[in-house]
Amino acid sequence: MMSRVEAVRVRSARERGPAATIVSRLRSLAVRAVPGLLTLALAACGGAETFPQTTFAPKSDYAIQIDHLQMLTIYLGVGVGVAIFCILAFILLRFRHRPGAPEPKHVHGNATLEVAWTLIPAVLLAIIAVPTVRTIFATQAPPPADALEIDVRGFQWWWQFGYPQPNGDTIFTANEIHVPVGRPVVLKLRSADVIHSFWIPQMGGKRDVVPGRTNEIVFTPLEEGVYLGQCAEFCGSSHALMKMRLVAHKPADFQKWLAHQAQPAAEPTDSAVMVGKKLVTAGACAGCHTIDGTSASFGKTAPNLTHVASRTTIAAGVLANNARDLTAWIHDPQSVKPDARMPNLGLKPDEIRYIVAYLQTLY
Amino acid sequence: MATTTATAAIPAPAVAQPKTGLWSWITTVDHKRIGILYFWTSLSFFLIAGLEALLVRTQLIRPDNHFLSANWYNQLFTMHAVTMIFLALMPLMAAFFNYVVPLQIGARDVAFPRLNALSYWIYLFGGLFLTIPIFLGKMPDGGWFNYANLSEPAFSPGLNIDFYVLGLQILGLSSIISSINFIVTIINMRAPGMRLMRMAPFTWMTLITAVMMATAMAVLTIALTELMFDRFFGAAFFDVSRGGDPVLWQHLFWIFGHPEVYILILPIFGIISEVIPTFSRKPLFGYNVVIFSGILIGWLGWGVWSHHMFAVGLGPIADSFFAVSTMLIAIPTGIKIFNWLATLWGGSIRFTTAMMFATAFIATFTIGGISGVMHAAAPADLQQTDTYFVVAHIHYVFFGGTVMGLFAGIYYWFPKMFGRFLDERLGQAHFWLTFIGMNITFFPMHFLGLLGMPRRTFTYADGLGFDTMNLIATLGSYLIGLATLILAYNVVRSARAGKRAPANPWGAAMLEWAMPSPPPEYNFATIPVVRSRMPLWEGSNVLAEGIPHGREMEDTEEVTFAGAKLGKVSYPDDENIMSADDLGIHLPPPSVLPILLALALSLFFASFLGSHWLSLAAVICVALLVFAFAFEPGHSGH
Repeated sequence: MMSRVEAVRVRSARERGPAATIVSRLRSLAVRAVPGLLTLALAACGGAETFPQTTFAPKSDYAIQIDHLQMLTIYLGVGVGVAIFCILAFILLRFRHRPGAPEPKHVHGNATLEVAWTLIPAVLLAIIAVPTVRTIFATQAPPPADALEIDVRGFQWWWQFGYPQPNGDTIFTANEIHVPVGRPVVLKLRSADVIHSFWIPQMGGKRDVVPGRTNEIVFTPLEEGVYLGQCAEFCGSSHALMKMRLVAHKPADFQKWLAHQAQPAAEPTDSAVMVGKKLVTAGACAGCHTIDGTSASFGKTAPNLTHVASRTTIAAGVLANNARDLTAWIHDPQSVKPDARMPNLGLKPDEIRYIVAYLQTLY
Repeated sequence: MATTTATAAIPAPAVAQPKTGLWSWITTVDHKRIGILYFWTSLSFFLIAGLEALLVRTQLIRPDNHFLSANWYNQLFTMHAVTMIFLALMPLMAAFFNYVVPLQIGARDVAFPRLNALSYWIYLFGGLFLTIPIFLGKMPDGGWFNYANLSEPAFSPGLNIDFYVLGLQILGLSSIISSINFIVTIINMRAPGMRLMRMAPFTWMTLITAVMMATAMAVLTIALTELMFDRFFGAAFFDVSRGGDPVLWQHLFWIFGHPEVYILILPIFGIISEVIPTFSRKPLFGYNVVIFSGILIGWLGWGVWSHHMFAVGLGPIADSFFAVSTMLIAIPTGIKIFNWLATLWGGSIRFTTAMMFATAFIATFTIGGISGVMHAAAPADLQQTDTYFVVAHIHYVFFGGTVMGLFAGIYYWFPKMFGRFLDERLGQAHFWLTFIGMNITFFPMHFLGLLGMPRRTFTYADGLGFDTMNLIATLGSYLIGLATLILAYNVVRSARAGKRAPANPWGAAMLEWAMPSPPPEYNFATIPVVRSRMPLWEGSNVLAEGIPHGREMEDTEEVTFAGAKLGKVSYPDDENIMSADDLGIHLPPPSVLPILLALALSLFFASFLGSHWLSLAAVICVALLVFAFAFEPGHSGH
């Protein structure tokens, strides 16, 4: 049984001729198919398990606000696009040249139509513009007073994260940023060399890391987990290999992590490890790397290694943190990461073994 | 009014013009020949840029691929964009500006024929200069946007960025000279009665583009000059440690760069506005509105540049302004799309290859326009910018828009330019492979970007979910490659052996179709008096005395094409071609100075890679040649 509304629609369409019937059929098809297809497409996009850098699974207040705006533009955009394609397809089918058909009438324009197709897009754009401006101001508001401040510094091609302490010290780590759930975080973004861009999609939009400026991202992580990200502004040879991860902890776990990171490096007990320590702290490594609690205390241009063994990856998320990958990295950094700033020191295999043994004790 | 400049033949002493041979091409100042030079040169660079894209896509066919090293990848993605934008797409448009615009306005040539030749030769030498580093393995590798301070000597010490800076300076010169030439030509050289609001839409869009080009290129020149000072003379415009600011480069680059986007699309709007009415057999719907929305796009195009910089951190007020101004541009763009649809509506649509590209353009360009509005929502753009979503967007605009439109233009005007049709069967194959290939290549990139794949990355790890869509995109790009080979074969073969084309093979309305194909060197035997916006459609009374062509015509015959009767047309009879001398028409004599001056100017910029003595020598050459240029006799001086 046809509902009364549909019956009226079909009848009026018939009165307007075959063209209108096709239009109304296309329209009803679109109305039914589009939301279905969209849902399907988004489902195919999958969750963060399949796509760890997805923007469709926001896990912070900031990311959620962006997600709402982005979904609005996607729905409107797909709607407008499908409408135009349907009209175009209809026209191309309906007005094909047919042999013997009379020459078309020369129509030069129509003022009403021009006004209509100026106003309709204007209204649609206003629907996007208002929440856009609102979201811009909401997401760039100054951070609340109790926000956790983290100093982020972009280097070619790794990330340094510093946690300023009440006593004036800063706890440094690299490529893995730890935050508590439920508390606002403010990232102070600075660059050591060229422009980078900080981006962990599930935590929100990216923000450039510009030399000479301090940029900010403010967000509150809402769910525990590990979230992947990477540099989003082209920054030279190994731009593709400048990755990072964010670990969101329960507040208590975060405090535990922070307290542990504040400890100086573990003292070696094993003799092989002691040799490794000597190679690192008295050798070329100390020129760039710092290990708190040792004589290697002045290196500022490479990751702080005090707790390097507590990280899951090395070389900015490119290698696993295990003996094999550490060996490969120290043996020839440039083969892992083109133009990496860490030099190939030409160490002997034995020396590398001792160094790796030492690094693996630095929990 | 332009009537004073476009009067009929001025009797003048006949100058012997070499008609064939290499020398005649080197010294030509004929806008049609220069158009043909632009055509073949830009198509060659199009193939090179396409090959670069295929190498880039092959590297991305699977995760952790080692087909290309990071350094090669970064050079190739940079050169793909630089070559496409500056050496392929803009010059291919210039080919049509050159060939078609003087014919559409009823002129004998452009306002400054020798400057026109100069623009071409500078472009050729600039293009060759940018080709050298391919063989050295030292291509620019900072992206086409070449952001400071990565481009500073401290971070990019090699020759790579030097080639970028100097190459674009050379090419910018060509664009500025040629845009000024076209502004003057369109304003001053119109035939009697060719009022502004009677001009063909393509001529109108060329005028708007030329104005944008002259001004936008000037801004790029400033940015490049500052970078030249940083790189060659130790200045610190972009060096933070000495008080410079890398964000300055971004502002300058995008004040050029966003108008550049419209420079690359407005002429296409013009082409589409010619092709769609011709093959719908209806006048362009809302001519005035289409023209004024083009002007509005050109105007608004200057006020949106910072939407490329939402992530820079310019603050909420700037972000809001540029978000809203960017959305506004969607309105005139939408108006154009609706007017094209209305032109098609009720028409009698003939699906020639040109028309298929033009109608497919409406669909693919609409996709690029919609994703453009999505970026305008600044906070959403913070998720999208610098990801493959933007790669999808710009390729739906530049490929789905610019390239599809240029292909339509090639099939449409090829018979006029070469007197021969492009093969339609090959054309159909080219169309379908291109259309399917481009959607397979670029559509998945929307998803790649929203699922977190940043752009300009030479590799991606397994386990991020990027594998399948990258594989699909790469396979699609091979389809585009195949399609482009078909096009290349078709143009080369048809230029020599295609089916002969009559004066007005499509039954089109504009003035360029009034002359034989190809037109004689003097274009119109007598400058026509124009009475209508569509001189060939609105009856014989729109032209004072018909369209004089200076050639005896055979009897008219019925022409059918792509299965449709196109009406009666006349074939020119080569036996009876009247020469410019026969008609007493004075044409500017050929000159060797444009190519020499172009060479000297290019050498000046190239000399920065060598010694200052070389620069001095180049400056002296330029000065001498400019004098020679100024005092060269025989110029007709319009």
